[in-house]
Amino acid sequence: MKRWAAAIAMVAVCLNANAQAPDARRSGFDDMSPQTQAMQRDDMQNPAMLTVQDGAALWERAPSTSAKACAGCHGAAAKAMRGVAASYPAFDKTLKRPIDLSQRINLCRERHQQSTPFAAESPELLALESYVALQSRGLPITPLADPKLQAPRARGEALYRQRIGQLDLSCAQCHDERAGGRLGGSLIPQGHANGYPLYRLEWQALGSLQRRLRNCMTGVRAEPLAYGSPEIVELALYLAWRDRGMKLEAPAVRP
Amino acid sequence: MQRRELLHLGVAFGTAVVVPAVRATSSEMQDAIRGYANGASVKPGKVKLDVPPLVENGNAVPITVSVDSPMSATEHVTGIAVFNDRNPQRDVVRFTLGPRSGKALVSTRIRLATSQQLVAVARLSDGSYWSHSVDVLVTLAACLE
Amino acid sequence: MARTLLTVPPTAKRGEVIELRTLIAHIMETGFRPDANGQVKPRDLINRFSCRFNGELVCSAELYPAVAANPYFSFTMLATESGTLSFSWEGDNGFSQSESAVLTVT
Repeated sequence: MKRWAAAIAMVAVCLNANAQAPDARRSGFDDMSPQTQAMQRDDMQNPAMLTVQDGAALWERAPSTSAKACAGCHGAAAKAMRGVAASYPAFDKTLKRPIDLSQRINLCRERHQQSTPFAAESPELLALESYVALQSRGLPITPLADPKLQAPRARGEALYRQRIGQLDLSCAQCHDERAGGRLGGSLIPQGHANGYPLYRLEWQALGSLQRRLRNCMTGVRAEPLAYGSPEIVELALYLAWRDRGMKLEAPAVRP
Repeated sequence: MQRRELLHLGVAFGTAVVVPAVRATSSEMQDAIRGYANGASVKPGKVKLDVPPLVENGNAVPITVSVDSPMSATEHVTGIAVFNDRNPQRDVVRFTLGPRSGKALVSTRIRLATSQQLVAVARLSDGSYWSHSVDVLVTLAACLE
Repeated sequence: MARTLLTVPPTAKRGEVIELRTLIAHIMETGFRPDANGQVKPRDLINRFSCRFNGELVCSAELYPAVAANPYFSFTMLATESGTLSFSWEGDNGFSQSESAVLTVT
């Protein structure tokens, strides 16, 4: 009997190893009400598209007479920025650490436009970030295979699994183990970061992944990671890996 | 003994004060509707207020109001108003329409502070008023900023 | 100038009822919300919206604090001739904005 069981188990393992396991991942979009889904699908109803318009204007505007606009170096965003948001965070050689899209925009301002960086979550930064992210809408999230990202990504995963705060909860406990369950009246989503920056109905505004991560940390009564900190970017780096292959929905709408 | 009786009285008073407050809010909404109708009677019918029965976030709730009307020069909707009973204020939005509208069909997104009743009232060109009320359940966000 | 998104069909047939949609960027601060220090944020709302076709009123709205941020309206219009649609929003702190669109009716 035991030998039969072992043989069946081995066959099952081999079959699983070769067969494509069905993707159990659900975008937050699938957990939303039909009305909120309609708001995201329709560019004329999605309030994030108002911010994208601002981003499009900023892309063309030179920050000063002595500096070029983004378009001055990159040309049309639809071509130059296609795929960028879907691959970030990326490793920056000068800073020697991963950076996310908003940090890349600010580094461009400093290094190539002789301008001061925009403040975190500022309207201008969110506008540019959402405009650039739009150019990757519909593309699969494709994290870069850069070996220098491996160690930071592993640290990000450790953060994802670490219990934090007075409520002593880790991201994994809610979004991996209890996804589909309820917290209060709200459905717990799997927490995929595939729509950022997004218009959150709760914020009545467009905001970044960093803002949302900080909200979650405050939610479990933990000290939120600082905007732009290496740790928050490493967490975002792990989340992009966790979401690899899922379609980027930026700029999404979420409740 | 006396103190316990007083405490019981106090509790009874406490409860007695809370219950009428809930009813008073609904009567405030009735007052607002009466004001819009200039005292005319408001009958249920002709109006359809489309709002999801369960709302995942009260900050942006899509609503659609439609009225069965030919929207002709002689027979049309002149106004649509939406009222609530649990927000800080009873009025939500008031529309003015006319024969140029073609149809009496308006949509917008509104804020709902909590689960409550919404009433859409239509004013017709013949001076009559019609309404439709819907109860909406609003879930509040679990993790606040 | 607040950003707006207008959905206006470029053409319509005579007698057709067309759908018009507007979205405008505006915080719609209710005047009921406290800030981080507990002070009530002052009210800052759009109060009125109107749409006119060749000067004739198509639809207007009085907005109260219960209208969601970035106000969205959808309404209809009977197309009878070509002309200009004008949209206007007015609100607190002198907020005033107009947009227009051309409609060709065949």
